[in-house]
Parts: sequence; C-alpha cells; structure tokens
Amino acid sequence: MQGSAIDSQAVVNYQAEVGHGHHGHPDYRVLGVIVFLIAEAMIFLGLFTAYLTFRAVAPTWPPEGTPELELLLPGVNTIILIGSSFVIHNADVAVKKNDVKGLQKWFGITAAMGAVFLVGQLYEYFHLEFGLKTNLFASTFYVLTGFHGLHVLFGLVLILGVLWRSLKPGHYSSSNHFGVEAAEIYWHFVDVVWIVLFILLYLLK
Amino acid sequence: MTQTLQEEATNTPAHGATEGKREWLKYISFSTDHKVIGIQYLVTSFIFYLVGGFLATLVRTELATPQSDFVSPDLYNGLFTVHATVMIFLWIVPAATGAFGNYLIPLLIGARDMAFPKLNAVAFWMIPPGGILLMSSFFFGAPGSGWTSYPPLSLVYNKVGEAIWILSVLILGTSSILGAVNFIVTILKMRAPGMVLNSMPLFCWAMLAASCLILLGTPVLAGALILLGFDLIVGTAFFNPTGGGDPVVYQHMFWFYSHPAVYIMILPVFGLISEILPVHSRKPIFGYKAIAYSSFAISFLGLIVWAHHMFTSGTPPWLRMFFMINTMIIAVPTGIKVFSWLATIWGGKLRLNSAMLFAMGFISMFVIGGISGVMVAAVPFDIHVHDTYFIVAHLHYVLFGGSVFGLYAGIYHWFPKMSGRMMNETLGRVHFILTLVGFNLCFLPMHKLGLEGMNRRIAEYDPKFATLNLVCSIGAYLLAVSTFPFIFNALWSIFKGEKAPSNPWGGLTFEWQTTSPPPHENFAIDPMLLIAPYEYGTEKAKEIIQAGPFLATAAATEA
Repeated sequence: MQGSAIDSQAVVNYQAEVGHGHHGHPDYRVLGVIVFLIAEAMIFLGLFTAYLTFRAVAPTWPPEGTPELELLLPGVNTIILIGSSFVIHNADVAVKKNDVKGLQKWFGITAAMGAVFLVGQLYEYFHLEFGLKTNLFASTFYVLTGFHGLHVLFGLVLILGVLWRSLKPGHYSSSNHFGVEAAEIYWHFVDVVWIVLFILLYLLK
Repeated sequence: MTQTLQEEATNTPAHGATEGKREWLKYISFSTDHKVIGIQYLVTSFIFYLVGGFLATLVRTELATPQSDFVSPDLYNGLFTVHATVMIFLWIVPAATGAFGNYLIPLLIGARDMAFPKLNAVAFWMIPPGGILLMSSFFFGAPGSGWTSYPPLSLVYNKVGEAIWILSVLILGTSSILGAVNFIVTILKMRAPGMVLNSMPLFCWAMLAASCLILLGTPVLAGALILLGFDLIVGTAFFNPTGGGDPVVYQHMFWFYSHPAVYIMILPVFGLISEILPVHSRKPIFGYKAIAYSSFAISFLGLIVWAHHMFTSGTPPWLRMFFMINTMIIAVPTGIKVFSWLATIWGGKLRLNSAMLFAMGFISMFVIGGISGVMVAAVPFDIHVHDTYFIVAHLHYVLFGGSVFGLYAGIYHWFPKMSGRMMNETLGRVHFILTLVGFNLCFLPMHKLGLEGMNRRIAEYDPKFATLNLVCSIGAYLLAVSTFPFIFNALWSIFKGEKAPSNPWGGLTFEWQTTSPPPHENFAIDPMLLIAPYEYGTEKAKEIIQAGPFLATAAATEA
C-alpha cells in the first residue's frame, strides 16, 4: 500500500554510496539552533500577548501617574542594536572566506555594541522614575526589557566565547564555523525581539 | 534448535567480559546513547509513577470516608497537587516522549543515534533534579493550589511550596523543549535512505506532531510561570487583582500550554498503538495517511481550544462558542484514528498477548474518555460539571485509560528489544485484568458523583456520596495492587526471562531487523528501506521475516 511512498531513487543513490562506509552524519546543529529559537520566540510571544491583554483590559494605559518614557536613550540603543546585526553579518562573510582576522574584528565590534546597549539599558533603569512594583505597566516594562536584556547578555557571552575560540589557530574555517553561525543567528533573533519590544513599550501609545 | 542457538549467539554483546560487568553503570552515567537514555527515562519516570500512585492512594484513603480524618485538609491539598504534577510532568510526558521517543525514533528511522546526543543526555539529567526538587516541597508545606496553580490562591497559600513547584516545572519544561528540538531535527533529517515522510513508521509522525506542540506550548507556560514567580516572590501584581493585575491572563497562558499538553501526553501513545496493532494483527495498518495526517490535525486544533477549560471564568459567550466548536471538531481526527485502528484489527489474525491486550484496552478506555470529552466541550453541560468529579473521571479515562494503558502496551511490546529477554505472559495477563478492573472500579463511579455535584479537590464531602466513594477507593487499591505483578514480571524477566530472539513478534520496522538489544549505534550496516513499515501478510513481508533480521545477520558476517 505504501510501497509507492518509498523513494526508489534515493535507494539507488544510497546503494552506490554504501561502499564508502561513512558513519558520521551531516551537521544539523544550525537547524537545531533555529528550532530552539522557535521555542524562545514563543516565550516572548506569550509575554507580549500578556502585555497586550493587560493593556486592553485596563481602563487607562499606562495607569494614571506613570511618568512618560524618555525616547532618546532607548532610541539610540535601538539603532546600536540594529546596526550590530549588520556588523555581525560581516563576520559570517569573513569566516566563509577563511578570514579569521576579519571574523575577530567584526565579532569584537558587535560585542562592544552589545555591551554599550546593556550599559545604556542599565543607565535607563537607574534613571527611571518608576520601580518594578510601581504599577502593572512598570512591572511589565521591567520584566520584558529585563528578560530581553538577559538574552542580550547571553548573546554577548556567545560572541565572546566564539572570539576566545577563534584565538586558537584553525578552530574556525570556511568549512567549519558552526559557533560563528549560531552566535550570529542568536544575535539576529535578539535584535528582532527588541524591535517588537521597542514598538510595544515605547512607541505604542 | 540450531536457529535458537544462532540467534542467541547474535544477541551476545560484542564487547569483552570485563566491559560487560560494568554494563549497568552506563545507566546511571551521562551516556549519550539514545537507547541508554530512553531506558533511563523509562525507569526514572516509572519510579515517579509509583510515587504519584502512592500519593493517589493516600488521596483515595482520605476520600474513603466523608469526613476529613486521615490527613489534614492542608496536606490533602498538597497530596492531590503533587500527585497531578508528578503524573503529568514526571511520568506521562517523560515516559511517552522521552522514553519511547528516544529509544524508538533512531531505531525506527534507521539512524545510529539522535541528531544531538549530548543535548539528549542534558535533557534527561534535568528530570531527576526537577523531580526531587518537587518532592522536597513536602518539607516546606507542599504546593496546594492544584496542578493548575491559579492565582490569586497560589499567591497566598503555601508560598514556599508554590515557589518550589514553579521552579520544578520550569526545569522539567526546559527538558521537554530540548527533547522536542532533538526529535524534530532527528525525524526530519536522519531517516534512512528511501524513507520519505510518508513511509516512516506512524510513531514518528505522532512524535513530530507532539514535538511541535511542546515547542509552541511549553515556552508560553514558562512565560506564565515567570510572571507568577514575580508575583509570588517579588510582589508584583501581574495576576493579582488588588494591584490592577488580571488572574484570567494567567489562565489563558497556562491553558495555552496545558491543553496541548494533553495531546503531548496522548499523541506519542497514539503512535505506539499504531505500531503495536498491525504487528499483532498481522495486517497492514488501515489508512496510513489518515492516521499520519490526523496527528497534525489534532496538533493544530489542540492549539486553539484552550479556553474550554475556562467556560466558567467569565469568558464572553461568543468566545465560548468558538472554543466549544473547535473542541468538538477535534473528535473528528481522533475518531479517524480510532476507526482506522478498529479497521486494522478487523479480520486480522489477532495474538492476544499482553501488549495487544493493553493496546485494545487502550482503545476501549480512551473512547470512553473521548466521548465524555465531547460532552464537557458543550458549554451548558460544562457549566454544570465544571470542577466536579465528572472532570476527574474524564481526565483519568484519557490519561490513565489512554496514556498509561498505551505505555504499558509499549513496554510489553518493546521489552524484548530493550532488555533482550521475554516477559512472562501469564503475569502480563494478570496485570492487565487487575488494571482494567481496578481502573473502571475507581473511575467509572466518578462520572455519577460528578453529575450529582460532588466537587473535586475537597477532602470532605456530603455523606450521601459515601458508598460510591468507597467503591472508588477500593478500585484505587486494586489499581495499586495491579502494579505488583508488573514490577515483579519486569525485574524477574530482566535477569531470568527467556532470551528474546531479534524479532519475537515478526515485525517489519527497522528495530526488529537488528539484535535484541541492539548493538551500540544500532545497526551493523546502514539500513535502507526495503518495504514500507506495515505490509504484513504480503509475500515480500513473509520473505523478510523468514530471512531473519537482515541488519543484524550482516553484522554477524562482517564480524
């Protein structure tokens, strides 16, 4: 009944290959990272939906007496983070040309930009006029940005880890650079989440 | 005689005697072999099943009389809360996805291991600490707001236990997500040559569908628990109405995972049943594609029915209609599976061994749970039975009559492959009869109790419910007793059981084409698909089964 479902061409190709007797399998780690990021995206989606529901249910949003958010610092921070996504892509291009020096340069710049973002975020936290428990908006603000900040921090650790490993000659090459790709994909993900977060928390009135 | 000898020879492990002596050590080590990890999951989750069963026995002892006389009401709340949490997060989910998923998937698709073996081991080793953490909550005042942990109750009652509960579920949920990533990549990328999606065994389809649910649902639960944790520990007010928060948002987030969780617990078992029935009926599966695709239909619909748990939570009427209709539609893909299974065994040469008995018991019990499920999907009926024993009856018919019967069927079916020994059939049948009788005695009367208005989660009840409750408690004791023949059978068979041949049931899938237990990396030669998985009764199938395990025979010649 399902006989027709067997891919006979693959069997023929396979039979031709059997003689080589290789026991490994191709590297699926990049796919694994992407699948894992779907789960990560769902956490943020859940938190965003909760935020939007709180907002929709509340009689006034943000609740009365919530101080206005400054846009200048987070705006600059947003530009830095979005810019870093373009910067880190250069590292990927570099490593694919076997240019480890280029990889180190671009990862170094990305790490610096990520660190500036985190410092900016902390600066904002210390200068805001509301605290974690001031009201529902303040709580969601801190939890959402804080949870995202933790992801930026983790991305930064990934990038520094790749930089550390790249010091060993020959660790990354045009054919073997999973760490570079994983860090880059993760960084783009953190970036996209920030864009949504920025729109939800700062721009949506 | 000669044939038996030959098969025994192929079943001997390939490595030396000294290595053999330390063999058992690998089961308590950070092994990356998917078969070891699968068995680690199975044994760990079964131990937690016994713990959860013990808690259930305490609950039923309390409920044997209408008064609260056996344990304090406070402890009673902890008992049923931890019972449910253990059974869901530490028994059915890790057993159905972790144990059978890890053990079977690489074997079924002809791979040497999972795509990410180390990640696999990490995912397993999160289970024991998560479970022990949960158990430790009894020393600090166990969480007592039910496994749903609805705020505001969960924010004010036994707070330390509640915090432990949140942390434990977060750990177990992370383990589940890491497992799902592994399953998805393995199934999509590591199939043997010739095996397309439409020719892979149905368990793989079911696991793929369940893994998608884990991937999409569990993170949202994590989000809800993070917010709940902030409310509990820091004192924010996300779900606390006194601070402007909204407890219903928690319910939405919680059920967005926890309804799909029902399918995470039942879909892999559907897959096991689809593997077991054709083998023991000696017939091709009826409606391969219908069964395969209906798993995904269930997954998709399962994501958009969650608010049917919240018909009495102030959900607006138009929204209740939407969720009621979606819920009822799920009966269609589920019915497709049930009818396909019935058509598979219809007119087959049935072998009524323990595996098959449990598989058929699964179908009958699950259908009862499925029908009461359609009943509670109807808004007016649900408003009547919400939070009563009717719901308790319904969910146990699905989770025990469904998942646990199916898991037992799976254990009996694959035990020879996992251990290299056959299980005792007589004890298996005693186990089945005790389980079936005990289960129905325990849970069937609960339908009536619920319809008459007996509330769940309360230690004391109206004396007019006393007789039926006593029957339920006797059933629960019988159910507790029923596990003893199984445990004895399993332990005795591992050491003294008859040696299992490579293919004791005459199966066609890859796992039966290698030795019992399979060697490290499963196959001596890379497998390829000679025949679709369920072509029982055809000439080609007879040839393959008679020729013996081709992937292992080759191993012997090579060695």
